This record gives sequence, structure tokens and C-alpha cells, in this order.
Amino acid sequence: MSIVQTSTKRMTGGELGLILVFAALAFLSVCIAAKAYTPEYAFHAYLFAAASIATVFVIGNRYMDRPAQLPPQTIDGKPNYNMAPVKVATLLAMFWGIAGFLIGVIIALQMAYPALNFDLPWISFGRLRPLHTSAVIFAFGGNVLIGTSFYVVQRTSQARLAGYLSPWFVVLGYNFFILIAGTGYLLGITQGKEYAEPEWYADLWLTVVWVMYLLVFLVTVLKRKEPHIYVANWFYLAFILTIAVLHLGNNATIPVSIFSPKSYIVWSGVQDAMVQWWYGHNAVGFFLTAGFLALMYYFIPKRAERPVYSYRLSIVHFWAIIFLYIWAGPHHLHYTALPDWAQTLGMTFSIILWMPSWGGMINGLMTLSGAWDKLRTDPVIRMMVVAVAFYGMATFEGPMMSVKSVNSLSHYTEWGIGHVHSGALGWVAYISFGAIYCLIPWLWEKREMYSKKAIEWHFWISTLGIVLYISAMWVAGIMQGLMWRAYTALGFLEYSFIESVEAVHPLYVIRALGGGLFLAGALIMAWNIFMTITRAETVSQTSAAALAPAE
Amino acid sequence: MSTAHKNPNAVDPSSGPGTTGHEWDGIQELNTPLPRWWLWTFYATILWAIGYWVVYPAWPLVSNYTNGLTGWHARSAVVEQIAELQKLRAVSSAKLASVPLEEIEKTPELLSLARAEGRVAFADNCAPCHGAGGAGAKGYPNLNDDDWIWGGTLEQISATITHGARSGDDAGHQGNMMPFGPMLTKAEISDTADYVLSLSGSVPKDTPAVKKGAEIFATNCSACHGEDGKGNQELGARNLTSGIWLYGGDKATIVQTITNGRGGVMPAWSGRLPDTTIKALTVYVHTLGGGQ
Repeated sequence: MSIVQTSTKRMTGGELGLILVFAALAFLSVCIAAKAYTPEYAFHAYLFAAASIATVFVIGNRYMDRPAQLPPQTIDGKPNYNMAPVKVATLLAMFWGIAGFLIGVIIALQMAYPALNFDLPWISFGRLRPLHTSAVIFAFGGNVLIGTSFYVVQRTSQARLAGYLSPWFVVLGYNFFILIAGTGYLLGITQGKEYAEPEWYADLWLTVVWVMYLLVFLVTVLKRKEPHIYVANWFYLAFILTIAVLHLGNNATIPVSIFSPKSYIVWSGVQDAMVQWWYGHNAVGFFLTAGFLALMYYFIPKRAERPVYSYRLSIVHFWAIIFLYIWAGPHHLHYTALPDWAQTLGMTFSIILWMPSWGGMINGLMTLSGAWDKLRTDPVIRMMVVAVAFYGMATFEGPMMSVKSVNSLSHYTEWGIGHVHSGALGWVAYISFGAIYCLIPWLWEKREMYSKKAIEWHFWISTLGIVLYISAMWVAGIMQGLMWRAYTALGFLEYSFIESVEAVHPLYVIRALGGGLFLAGALIMAWNIFMTITRAETVSQTSAAALAPAE
Repeated sequence: MSTAHKNPNAVDPSSGPGTTGHEWDGIQELNTPLPRWWLWTFYATILWAIGYWVVYPAWPLVSNYTNGLTGWHARSAVVEQIAELQKLRAVSSAKLASVPLEEIEKTPELLSLARAEGRVAFADNCAPCHGAGGAGAKGYPNLNDDDWIWGGTLEQISATITHGARSGDDAGHQGNMMPFGPMLTKAEISDTADYVLSLSGSVPKDTPAVKKGAEIFATNCSACHGEDGKGNQELGARNLTSGIWLYGGDKATIVQTITNGRGGVMPAWSGRLPDTTIKALTVYVHTLGGGQ
């Protein structure tokens, strides 16, 4: 008589729990939809209901289809990496990126030609502008950060991503937040806070997703097989933790009713302004700087096959950035009702932040010493190096603009727009493009990207676009600043506001052209990714070990 | 695959210093010391910040904050700057303030002064409604022509700018075009509109509709617009014979005007703009082309 060992298939606590939670959420959402004060809010409640019901079915199906055992942590002693959520986040990043760039081009054209608002409220500049910023920062940037962090933390910890359903919950839950936020802007649901427009219910949802993200990341780091935590993971962790704190602080609102999308913030007056820019500036500092420095610390040494330039510098500039960035917010409120002392601290800490920011640039650029020739031969390395150069430029320009006498000229002008785009297009997008060009072949087990020539085209077209964009905005901004403050010898204003609008019109047209080129580059990239996944040569079983990134 | 700890003293051939001996996924780190220029610049910015804190308001205390050696405050600084500007303007303002409007227009020096101030004041405050060149828009009068609603003399223009129309200012113009929808039938309103159009020659005068409209006009409209339809600037009643229309001269718009009435607002600028700026604006508008 033979003994057949059968392990009985059981639902995990997570599967059962999530099914129950989402069933309850679906019921609650339908109830809210039925009694919602506005049709827009009802629409969102129905979206929540539909997504919850879909989730219940997906988890159920997944359970039916899966073997009794959950995927093992290791196979033959090698970590059994969980890369499917990374693939999804990477593709979604590309999708949202193109959507965000496209909306950017549309609003740039609306600035130059206001008739393009077509008197339609849902595509008016006022609604599309926050849609653009959120789409590029949170939808594109956020998916890049989630995707790459899940990749990097596994590879540098030699451990499978923690959790069975939780990585999927993070990726899909985050993108559902994007959907709620984006449709909310178009329908006119906003709490009117820069980079934090989504209303209370979207904020609550994001809080749950973000806490899960923190847990997945942290537990994976704790499971690591390496004695030390790699520098990229410090930056990812700082980004995840700080964004959680910022999000809670700046969205401390009290809803009018559970049946209404409207809420009121608990902060008032100048304190609300200060909390807003503490949030706003650190969204730049921890989302767009710390988060993407993590990409830089993994993908540049990996691609260049060179050691990181200086371990000490990475420690010192990491802790200096963490400590200093959090003080710099008041520089967004120079010459306002904010007390003088707070403005002074915001400005001086911004100046001190200059060198810590440049620590990242030095480590990124100098990592290439011994491999400078790759700048010529590898457009992906070139893209990432240009990203680091733009990072250095923007982190010099930022402290400079925080100086009050410079700020009195630059604030409220297009110079600010030029500054953020040298950071956003030059740094954030380029380091992301570089990372995605690395990731696509690694994730889909391809030898390399389908077309290197297309990467070259992408690089040059979008670099031209960035240069046109930011130089147009610098000129426009400084011109506006000078025109607004010009007085005649008699003490009267030299120019009216509308004259400054007329003066910047040609530069608005050039900006739209620059944005269009940047978008064109991204479309080339999307085509290249599609061709790589569907057509490029797959790494063969035998050569896989040699070609896969070293472990 | 990882070899967790390589030789910690391994020297990197192309960059000199050894590695830390750590390795993650094939990535190693060099033990390069902090670049000196980087460190000294970092220290310099910290020193500069400390100096700035000594000089300017900086650190919060329990019930106050450190004031800094200079005693500089943004609020007092802006008060000083405005005082300086007013000092600069004082000479020209004094001239504009003391001289009557007619005198300003006759004196070339004062005229160019008033127009210099008026041009930018107009573009910043009036152009949003009246257009950059004062050409107006639907509901907002053209200021270049001589068809004035409330009068085109210097005094009349000054009064309109100072107190506005239907602005809530008791001294402002009060007249309204009242809605006749509740009082007249649709056919009567249509006939009246035809008559109004005939006054400027836009439609023939001898149709039956116009004749019926003339009677209705005489009973209901002529009290304000005058028997000949030439209007009354005291009441802000438009001249209907000029062929210049505030809301539009097509029949549908005129029917709408008669049915629902009109009550566009010109804000009162007294208290929002200095008196001398209002004077400059008056001269500027008066000299746009239609001044009387």
C-alpha cells in the first residue's frame, strides 16, 4: 500500500480576508452611490463597487487555478523572484507617462491659444493642468517607483517579494487611486491643494495602499540574504515612509458627509499654506528626488558595470538630504503672510541642501569613471547620465531660486515652470526612461531592446524638446518678472499685465513645440517596448546565465 | 551569483581606491573619501546660513522669535517701498490732483503725464471688460466711439468711473432696462423689436409689424428712450438710432433684451483706485477718440 501525500488546498488568510473586505466595500460603495449628493460622486462610488466586485472574482479565480502550495521562496537555492507585478507597473508607467505628456502638450497649446479650451469645462485648462501634474508625477513617476522598487529590493536583497496578493494589491490599488484622482479632476472634484487635489475618499484609499506598500517593501528588506541594505533601498524606504507622513499631514480633512465628495481641511489660513508647502516641497524632495535617486543608485552602476563611486558620500548625502529637505518648504511662501522667521529657515536650509543634493550627482557621474566610453556607445547610459546632469542643474537652480531676492523676481513667473520641467523632463523622466530601457529586456528575458537606433532617436528628439522647453520658460519667466516690476521715471507701472501676456506668447508656442518633441520621443519608446516584448530575440536557456543581470 | 564579501581591500583598477567589500546583485561600492571641494562647500553654506540667522529674523522662541541684528521685516520693508514710490509719484500726483480735468487736457505736459498713468491703469483694471484698446465687447461698451450711455464729457466720464453704474454705490448710475416679458405678448415684443430695428434703418419702416411696434414703443419705451428713440443719458437709456448695439443688433438679441431686460454693472472705482489715478483714467478714456 502506497501512501500518497496530498496537501489539502486551503485559502490563505489573506485571500479570505481580502474577499470579505472587498465584498463589504462593494456593498458600502453601492449604498453610498445610491445616496450620493452629486452624480460625479455616485460615479466614483460605482467605480469603487465595480472594482471591488471584480477583485472578489479575481481572487476567487486565482485561488481556484493555483496549486495547493503558494510559490516557493527559493528554487534550487536561488531566490524565486516575483516579477509579474513589476512588469505590470512598468507597462502602466509607460501608459500613464504618454497620457500625462499628451495632456501637457494640450495645456501648453491652451496657454498659447486659449480658444483650445473650447468652452468645455472638463477639458478646460483649470482641470487639465492638475490632471497633467498628477499624471506625470504620481501615475508615471509613481508606477516607475513602485515597479523599480519591487525589482531592486528583490535583486539586492536576494529575496522574493513579501506577500502573495499584497504586491498585486499595491500595484493595482495604486492605479485604481490614479483612476479615481484623474476622473475626479475632469469631473471637477478637487480639494484645491497643489499635488494633493484628490478628495478625502481617494486619500483614504491611497493611505491603505501606501501602508501595504511600506509593509511589502519593509518585509522584503527584512528577509534579505545580504548582510547590508543596499543604498538604493535606503532611498526607496525614505521615500515610502516620508510620503506616508506627508500625505496624512496635508490631507487631514473632515468630510461634509460620507455621501459627499467635499471635505474641509483642519488647518486654517497661513498654517494651511505652510502645511501645503511642507507637503508640496517634500513631494519634490522625497518622491521626485529620493525615490529617483534610488533608481540612479541601482541602474547606473548596473548598466555601466562599475562600482558606485563613493560609499561614504552615499551615506553622508543620504542623511543630509533626509534631515535638510524637510525644512525647505517655506521657500514657496516668500513675501507672504508666513512669518519672516519661517521664510528665513526655508531659504537657508535650501541653500545648505545644495551640496547634499549634489552628492547624488557626484556619485552618479563618477560611477562612470573607467567606463566613459559607454556614453558614446550606449544611448541608455547617455540618457541616465544626462538625467544626472539635469538633476545637478535643477538642484543648483532650486537653492538659487529660494534666495529671497531671486525669488522676488522668479516667483509666480514661468521661470518656476521651467525649473520644475528641467527637473521633471530632464531628471525624473530621463532616469525613468533609462531604467525602463534596462528593465524591459531583463523582465521579458530578451537579449536587448528591439531597436537601439530608436533609443538614439528618442534620446535626441526629447533632448531637443527639453532644451526648447526650459530655455523658452527661462526667457519667458525672467521677462515676466522684469516687466511686472518695471516702473517709469514718474513712478507708474511701465507695463500692464496683458502686455506681459502678449510678450510671452511666442515662448508659449516654443514651449508647446518642445513638449510635443518630448511626447514624440516617448511614443518612439512605447513602440520600441512593444516590439521588444513581441518580437525581440529571447535569451536562450543556455546563455541565460551569462546575459541575465548578474546576481 | 553573489559572493557576499569579496576581498575588502581589492583595488579597483581604473579609479584607485578599494571597495568596501560589499556586493549586491553584482554592484560594488568604492571606498572613495568625500571630495574635499564638496565638503568645504557644504561647510561654507552652513556658515553662511548661520550668518544669515544672526542678521535676519530666524528661529522661533516660546512667545517670539530671534529678530536678527538688522531688524529687517518683510512687512515694514514693503511699507517703506510703497512710501518711496509715493514720494516719486508725489510731484506728478500733486499736479494732477490740483489741476481741473479740462486744464489737464489743455496742458501738453500734464496730458502726457495723465495718459502715461492712465494707459497702464486702464490695461490692468478696465481692459478685462472693455478690451485692451477700449473697443468693448458684448455687454461692455466701446469707449472709442462717441455713442455714450452715461455721457461723454470729462465730468460724466469721471462720475461713471468713480461711482459706477448699478454698482451698489448710491451716487452711481441707477437706471435699468426693465423686463417687458411679463407685460407684453411675444407678438408685441416681436413687433417692438422690428420697430427698434427700423429706427436705425436696419429694417424697412413701412411694414405692418413696425407700425404696430411704434404704438407699443410710444406707450412703453419712449418714457426712457425718448419719442424719437434717441435715448436719455440721464437714465442710461440707449440711443436706438445710432446702429451701435451693446448686446447685439440682431432681432433675436433685441427680443431677448426687451423680454428679460438688461442690468450690466460698471463697478465703482472710488476707494479702489487713488483719486489721481481716476483722473488720469478719465483723461485717458476721454482722449481715446469719442470724448465730448
